[in-house]
Amino acid sequence: MKDDTGTLIALAGYFALMSLFAIGGANSAVPEMQRVAVEVERWMTDRQFADIFAMAQITPGPNVIIVTLIGYHVAGLIGALVATLAMCGPTCVFAFYVGHAWERFKDAPWRRAIQAGLLPISIGLIGASAFVVASVALHNFVAVAITLGTAIVTYLTRLNPLWIFAAAAILGLIGLL
Amino acid sequence: MKKDRGRFPPAGADPRPVPTKALVPGRPPVYISRAMSETAPAPAEPSSAAPNLLELFIAFALISLCGFGGVLAWSRRMLVEQRKWMTAAEFNDAYALCQFLPGPNVVNLSVVFGRRIRGTAGAIVALVGLIGPPFVIITLIGLLYARYGEIAALQRMLAGVTAAAVGLVFGTCAKMAMPLFTDRWGVAPLVALATFAAIGVARWPLYGALAVLVPLSIAIAWVRR
Repeated sequence: MKDDTGTLIALAGYFALMSLFAIGGANSAVPEMQRVAVEVERWMTDRQFADIFAMAQITPGPNVIIVTLIGYHVAGLIGALVATLAMCGPTCVFAFYVGHAWERFKDAPWRRAIQAGLLPISIGLIGASAFVVASVALHNFVAVAITLGTAIVTYLTRLNPLWIFAAAAILGLIGLL
Repeated sequence: MKKDRGRFPPAGADPRPVPTKALVPGRPPVYISRAMSETAPAPAEPSSAAPNLLELFIAFALISLCGFGGVLAWSRRMLVEQRKWMTAAEFNDAYALCQFLPGPNVVNLSVVFGRRIRGTAGAIVALVGLIGPPFVIITLIGLLYARYGEIAALQRMLAGVTAAAVGLVFGTCAKMAMPLFTDRWGVAPLVALATFAAIGVARWPLYGALAVLVPLSIAIAWVRR
């Protein structure tokens, strides 16, 4: 764990940029986070990234909280703060000012085209996020079965995911993974 | 504000029996109920007070702490059904804006909503309410992980949770993707698939891929509007 200024600046820069390209939410940027944190900067291993992804998913609150954990892993508490502020800051400032002027453009055709155009991209990005983590974290048949089972249950029911997480943790604990 | 825009539930779908008033910065909404009971469309008790900063903070902290895997559903429940600070139509409008803005949607929503209710202070308080509690929780988790993360039993549990978390995101993604297939020309699913392939499979850097895909997808949507 290093906490030099250079690392903090890198954290801030990466996440501030990512903030503006996270179309459809923080989960859309997970492939980029993995690429930066594991492949470019070598802040962590693939397994650690997968662990961080899992811990962020079981934490209540918005998905953006994954950057807090990445920041914490890289540079401790100050890293957690820097990463969180960088990921929320630019987009919040944008929301603050644009949200104000919104009413005027509510029904503008260009705005609808942008929204309709961004929707499939955000869905593709979220699918890519799951795929990227799956490709680094699923190593055996049981893990793949848990993933498929969870996906089907999520798709078909409104079961609280905490139950699934608990069951999956137990399956892991007894050594099936 | 309540004009039916086709994609969203029309104004008539709002179960609230009282007339609504647009949320204007600096002007509190007129009809507010503090009724905590949900489900039944409790009669809104008229009040002239907009939520104060503390109420705003508590509401967004609760949204955050209740929202496992779906903060949106909880923000709707809290803001529209429980606190009645917004009508369903107003919520849909605000949320459409927050999807259109870059970055985390619900974070944007807290800023936009907080500002409408209480200006700059409201935006900051709502944001801190939303981000603060999970920040504390996940920092503690990070602390424990740094200390005990290599214990074999914990590793095995995390491997299980990771597999489930991936499945959760796949399932949510499939749910979101379903409406794309009503698309007459079938272009939207292709765009989603191309994005998935470029970022997830080919592992192109996000920005280069988006620089091509975003203008393309918007142009298609524009031509077919």
